[in-house]
Amino acid sequence: MYGIVRKEQLAPNTKLFEITAPAVAAKSKPGQFVILRIHEKGERFPITIADADPEKGTVTIIFAEVGKSSTQLGKLEVDDAILNFSGPLGNATKIEKFGEILCVGGGVMAGALLYQMKALKKAGNKITAIIGARNKEHLILIEEIRKFSDELYVATDDGSEGKEGIYFLKDILEKKFDQAITIGPTSMQMIVSEMTRPYGIPTTVNLFPIMVDGTGMCGACRVTVGDETRFACVHGPEFDGHKVNYDELISRMRFYNPNEKIAMLLFDGV
Amino acid sequence: MTIAHKKPQTEMPKQSIEKRIHNFDEVALGFDEELALEEASRCLNCPKPQCKKGCPVEVPIPEFIQLVKEHRFGEAASKIKEKNALPAVCGRVCPQEEQCQKFCVLGVRGDPVGIGRLERFTSDWERLNVKTKAQKIEQTGGRVAIVGSGPAGLTVAADLAKLGHRVTIFESLHTAGGVLMYGIPQFRLPKEIVQTEVEYVKSLGVELRLDSTVGLLSTIQELKQNGYDAVFIGSGAGLPNFLKIPGENLKGIYSANEFLIRTNLMKAYKFPEYDTPIRVSKKVGVVGAGNVAMDSARCALRLGAERVYIIYRRSRDEMPARAEEAENAEEEGIEFMLLTNPVRFIGNDRGFLEKIECVKQQLSEPDKSGRRRPEPIVGSNFTIEIDTAVVAIGQSPNPIIQQTTEGLEATRHGTIVVNEETMQTSILGVYAGGDVVSGAATVISAMGAGKKAAKAIHEHIMTKKAA
Ligand SMILES: Cc1cc2nc3c(=O)[nH]c(=O)nc-3n(C[C@H](O)[C@H](O)[C@H](O)COP(=O)(O)OP(=O)(O)OC[C@H]3O[C@@H](n4cnc5c(N)ncnc54)[C@H](O)[C@@H]3O)c2cc1C
Ligand SMILES: Cc1cc2nc3c(=O)[nH]c(=O)nc-3n(C[C@H](O)[C@H](O)[C@H](O)COP(=O)(O)OP(=O)(O)OC[C@H]3O[C@@H](n4cnc5c(N)ncnc54)[C@H](O)[C@@H]3O)c2cc1C
Ligand code: SF4
Ligand code: SF4
Ligand code: FES
Repeated sequence: MYGIVRKEQLAPNTKLFEITAPAVAAKSKPGQFVILRIHEKGERFPITIADADPEKGTVTIIFAEVGKSSTQLGKLEVDDAILNFSGPLGNATKIEKFGEILCVGGGVMAGALLYQMKALKKAGNKITAIIGARNKEHLILIEEIRKFSDELYVATDDGSEGKEGIYFLKDILEKKFDQAITIGPTSMQMIVSEMTRPYGIPTTVNLFPIMVDGTGMCGACRVTVGDETRFACVHGPEFDGHKVNYDELISRMRFYNPNEKIAMLLFDGV
Repeated sequence: MTIAHKKPQTEMPKQSIEKRIHNFDEVALGFDEELALEEASRCLNCPKPQCKKGCPVEVPIPEFIQLVKEHRFGEAASKIKEKNALPAVCGRVCPQEEQCQKFCVLGVRGDPVGIGRLERFTSDWERLNVKTKAQKIEQTGGRVAIVGSGPAGLTVAADLAKLGHRVTIFESLHTAGGVLMYGIPQFRLPKEIVQTEVEYVKSLGVELRLDSTVGLLSTIQELKQNGYDAVFIGSGAGLPNFLKIPGENLKGIYSANEFLIRTNLMKAYKFPEYDTPIRVSKKVGVVGAGNVAMDSARCALRLGAERVYIIYRRSRDEMPARAEEAENAEEEGIEFMLLTNPVRFIGNDRGFLEKIECVKQQLSEPDKSGRRRPEPIVGSNFTIEIDTAVVAIGQSPNPIIQQTTEGLEATRHGTIVVNEETMQTSILGVYAGGDVVSGAATVISAMGAGKKAAKAIHEHIMTKKAA
């Protein structure tokens, strides 16, 4: 069992948990994820690591309550425990001195981006960060992110704070970047990749296909990258954003929506 | 009076077909005491028992059957456990007709003794009637790390714990048992039974660490540095192979592993009581004809499919599945489309699978190896309407360990290279066995490899301690 030592509500339906998992904390790196299972009848679901403290032996995750499992997770409190917490899984973000780097994060993934930015900053990069969310209420961690950015832009889908939408990125791209990384909703990652392509900026995305085991056993997480089928859990979750087949990915991510709706309806019922 | 051994093998009762295709309960019901005694009485208690030759873990077959004859069921169970830590599993899933029973002298003229069925009866009797208690074993001070809790890992763990070593198993999933838990379906091998066998191994003092993927959490080198005298790799063959034909990523196409993990390990057949979903529609095509394909097809049926096809490119004679499993599948109404090879999956405009295009095959003249290769018949393409497909064409070793362990020799196919006598890998003190060495094989061969490794590890540690 893995105990919860800190719980914070960061935005509507968005929670941060700090969880005791010393072995995981000792090995976690930015870009990796954990798979958790809350109780005996629960499903295995992945969450990206938003921070890790090897000394305290804790791992931080930030998640949105979107369906049954994430809502159940959100109902847990400090001193409650999670049954299974497996990680770190997947490959770590490549951290090196690229030079000028563009970091684009959306929604709950701002925490995961911050974890990457800390390492990229330490490696000597100059960072231009863009943080977006649905609206003002859903923007999280802006002040922490500011600390690690040389330049910061804030954007919301409805324009309630900062820029409206993501297309202002076009102006920023006029500046020369050596590398772009993006993490957040798949459609956002797709648009960012499309926008960096004409400028020839190498762009990595962090994909979230449906997963079961997270160790390369099931193939549920397969994505088409270039001409190849790759398993996001073991070959990714980071990929070359200019090579991903997003239509297929987004379509596959919706496969269980009818089932999940039933689960949520029944869950709400109790 | 008929002489007992001349009678045919005692039949084991099964659930009726009409009933069993609607539930996940065990199909074969096992012997009761009377049937067990009847079958045991057929064994001649041969002075030079041939049957033993066929058992990779050397179960004392006549000895345990003799105890059954004498109604000493508990002692019979202990007798088996001297050699086999997972008898309730083996009694159910060993391909006995290819192993112990193949060598039984009664098989020359008639039916061999039903050794597997008796092994199953004995261990089931013990589970229901005897409480296992933690055992006190004198410690050697040796420490061993085991990667993977499938039959190979559990066997090494049990053998070494009995010899007094401190054993820790690292398992990447949230449950121990490997394929026994995530692959072989409930109706062939109830998960409660696997867990009882795991509990037995724990009762020997073995520590089990779940959620621990070796290679990512700690590497093999780190385990050695952290005070383990030896490491055994039993990580299995869990990487699913795909057909690599167009349309394979359409929605509704599963690898057999995903299909079986959702169904068995995560209990998707009880959704939404259990949270993991699975979507099976009316017409299901399973590609392949091994045990894994039969299991997938029979699961699909129980999940509510109306028609389930086995699509296989060779003929019935080449099917790798156990004859008994293919018969069970056929009895239940699974349809076999033989000499048929898929060439393409076809979806609708929303990305859902709708059809599969196949080509008819014919078998060529035997080649040098005596194998008849299937060849496509030009122009024989046709389509079948299916809305769920399960690709069951084999698994390869999961590469995480091979990729994260410097100096570990592996083959082109990803299997780990070992010394066949000791199961030691290219690294001193690191051993491997089971599917990760042999490629996908059987429970009992994984256990046999585990036995060999345990013996060598024990010697390795004792020599080290003496020096
Ligand atoms: C590698 C990886 C890392 C992830 N990291 C995070 C994270 O840091 N924080 C976080 O909040 N979530 C993260 N996710 C997504 C998270 O796993 C899902 O939100 C969760 O499984 C939803 O479960 P549920 O039962 O609550 O919702 P469900 O009932 O399964 O889904 C509810 C809704 O959410 C959508 N949804 C389901 N899965 C995903 C997904 N993978 N991505 C986007 N939408 C999805 C569904 O389409 C549906 O509309 C990650 C996913 C992956 C694969
Ligand atoms: C559907 C199906 C049906 C079968 N039916 C039969 C049958 O009827 N009879 C029969 O004899 N055989 C059958 N087999 C084959 C048999 O199950 C396998 O040969 C046997 O389980 C192999 O044992 P193993 O211990 O080598 O590996 P596995 O059982 O595969 O166990 C390996 C374990 O290692 C874990 N692992 C992997 N990587 C890591 C890591 N890096 N760190 C930690 N843990 C890790 C895995 O999660 C798994 O639990 C079947 C197989 C399948 C898939
Ligand atoms: S373990 Fe398998 S091969 Fe050995 S005696 Fe039992 S059924 Fe036969
Ligand atoms: S060979 Fe057959 S009859 Fe002889 S001891 Fe073995 S099981 Fe019994
Ligand atoms: S989640 Fe199963 S292979 Fe990636």
